[in-house]
Amino acid sequence: MSPVPLLAFEAIEKSFGAVRALRGVSFELRAGEVHALLGENGAGKSTLIKVATGAHAPDAGTLVVAGERLARLDPAAAKAHGIACIYQQPALFPDLTVAENLALRLEPAGGWRRVRWGERRRRAEALLRQAGAHVPPDREVRELSMPEQQLVEMAGALGAGARIVLMDEPTASLTQPEQERLFAAVRALKASGVGIIYISHRLDEIFALADRVTVLRDGATVGSRTAAELDEPDLIRLMVGREVDRLYPPPAAPAGEVVLDVRGLGCAAAGVHDVSFTVHAGEVFALAGLVGAGRTELARVLFGLTPADAGEVRLQGERVALGSPRAAMAAGLAYVPEDRRRHGVVPELPVAQNLTLAAHRAIFPGGWLRAGPEQRCAAELIARLDIRPAEPAAPVTSLSGGNQQKVALGRWLATNPRVLILDEPTQGVDVGAKGEIHRRIRELAAGGLAVILISSDLPEVLGMGDRIGVMRGGTLREILTGGTPAPAVMAAALGRAGKGAA
Amino acid sequence: MKSYARELAVAAVLGLLLVVLAVWAPAFFEPAPLRSLLAREAPTLVVACGMALVILTRQIDISVGSQFSACSVAAGLLAAAGWPMGLVLPAAVALGAVLGAVNGALVAGLGLPSIVVTLATMVTLRQGLNLARQGEFVNLPDGVQWLGLGQSAGQGMLLLVAGAVFVTLALALRHLAAGRHVYAVGSDAEAARLAGLRPRRVTLAAFMLLGACAGLAAVMNVVQSPQVQPLAGSGLELKVIAAVVVGGVAISGGRGRLGGVFLGLLLLAFISPALTHLHIEAYWEKAIQGAIILLAVLADAGRKEDSP
Repeated sequence: MSPVPLLAFEAIEKSFGAVRALRGVSFELRAGEVHALLGENGAGKSTLIKVATGAHAPDAGTLVVAGERLARLDPAAAKAHGIACIYQQPALFPDLTVAENLALRLEPAGGWRRVRWGERRRRAEALLRQAGAHVPPDREVRELSMPEQQLVEMAGALGAGARIVLMDEPTASLTQPEQERLFAAVRALKASGVGIIYISHRLDEIFALADRVTVLRDGATVGSRTAAELDEPDLIRLMVGREVDRLYPPPAAPAGEVVLDVRGLGCAAAGVHDVSFTVHAGEVFALAGLVGAGRTELARVLFGLTPADAGEVRLQGERVALGSPRAAMAAGLAYVPEDRRRHGVVPELPVAQNLTLAAHRAIFPGGWLRAGPEQRCAAELIARLDIRPAEPAAPVTSLSGGNQQKVALGRWLATNPRVLILDEPTQGVDVGAKGEIHRRIRELAAGGLAVILISSDLPEVLGMGDRIGVMRGGTLREILTGGTPAPAVMAAALGRAGKGAA
Repeated sequence: MKSYARELAVAAVLGLLLVVLAVWAPAFFEPAPLRSLLAREAPTLVVACGMALVILTRQIDISVGSQFSACSVAAGLLAAAGWPMGLVLPAAVALGAVLGAVNGALVAGLGLPSIVVTLATMVTLRQGLNLARQGEFVNLPDGVQWLGLGQSAGQGMLLLVAGAVFVTLALALRHLAAGRHVYAVGSDAEAARLAGLRPRRVTLAAFMLLGACAGLAAVMNVVQSPQVQPLAGSGLELKVIAAVVVGGVAISGGRGRLGGVFLGLLLLAFISPALTHLHIEAYWEKAIQGAIILLAVLADAGRKEDSP
């Protein structure tokens, strides 16, 4: 008979608009275990964590905390139940000392309470020792390294009497020795009977640390196993699992001449190094990789946002310097950024002005704005991309996410680019709009454009990519052919010896 | 999108004020004093147009008063040294543009916050002037006042110049690609950069234009009196920023038009003489102006909540 679990999720569901992030997730955490949570980008791990910390209320399902059934949690209730979360980026106040940061979490609220500095300091010292942190309590948090900050977080969790600790990719930015210290602290926590939910992409960590593993895929639990009965290929298979559905439009003509030729490209500031690849006219070159692998950073280097300091880029055989977005545009590059809501469109300008913004030179020779050409250009793009509502004067912020994305895309089509870089074009877009965006991308490629498609959505990468570049650790590790099976792509992204690497 | 609600609201209040004056103090509309009043405000309009540009790019320049003072003194000294006005004017405008470029370079080039940068240049310039002039006025030679045209023709000339600056900048904002770049940068500088615009250059240009406007306005002010006060521009920044805000330019950038600024400036400028004509104590002036600014900001806050 297994003891009462510390925490159990039962058929948890959560949707954001049309996107179903969690569709019936069940799993349980026992006292004194490290339970790893695995899954591709977007499988629902982070959403699940947010449900557990009370940041998101689930739409359906129940949470059982220490035998108590709850329909939902709020952050205060989660804290009261002994649930604590340690994020990859610690949420500490940089200008306060370690002891003050801990006190803010642990001491009762009340603005007129007298601060007992000595006691505060002693308590912080004891907790830090318990968490295995060698950090003086009087140091300001901004002076601490990332792992030290994580240990401070952990001390805070201990001080709050946490029984359940969630760790979201805690080692993503750590060096090897720092990792070891963190592992030691995790093991100490575990020995004291705390249950730990541990999210990581690094498979070796999972085998080193975890007792059990639960794999999520597309917002649902695939299964929970004990770590000892699994090996790496098993895990990868569990994570990827499905066949790629062939709802994606087929590639049109065979690829044409080489348009973009990147050789040894690097940028120390962006953490990108030694990237070489080519993209042909009419081809969709998909860039796969885990979060933080350097895909967006590579796109920003190519577009001159963080100019390269090594290597060279040739466009149709001609060497180009991409020192600024303007230079990149002039060379024929276009970049639709990831964060559409923030920087893809200019919020104060109406749709038509957003569509023409990157093409002022072509549309308005001499710098005079003219309503006629602007309306014609906007009307053509609105029709071509089927932007709805088809209203050039509408505020761009009144459009749906998918349509804003089309405006961001349309702006670049107005510049007649030769290379189009799309960064997560279907993120947060509902399924219908997604298929439509895929069709548009195919049409654009068929028209002779070289398309670089960055996506964290593995089916999208497999379905759209004529070739698939896999990035890891700031560089392009492998270039796989279009038909590569999903497990091989995932293995390459994870840095495992892949089978069938081209 | 194109909503003229703010312009209409300010125009309505202004109209109401004019009606009240027409009924209870028709003397306000006598041509000579009215023309004098407008001529006194003409330099302010020029500076307000420049300030609107800077605020549209989501920056602010509180050093315009000091720039104005510096350009006034420089213009006065040059005129006293016998330079013809045809040279004094471009020299003052150029000085203003240089002072604006210093602010612009610090803000756009180094990414420093504009309120702190221009606070520093404001104090530095003002104290520099104090040190250099020790409060001494510059006496202008004959023929400088009213450009030798006589008072009424001179005043008419000033109104014409202010009107020309206003119309030019308003048209440029609306009909030049560069004008739209101002809105794009103020709305979201990073998005503008991703669209291939050059936000830093746009910001620098806005600060330089404001400086040039301050230089021109300084000359327009100098020619209205026989002497140049070394701190002629004290408090100008507040007056100008108030007009811009009342006129509906969002302090968060990217939204607003010069027409509103014009109306806002007139409204604020008419309050003091209106009080005099209506025999209300002058102490009320600042209180009423403050209330108008507060109302404008409240209206902006309401507008922000409406938009998605």
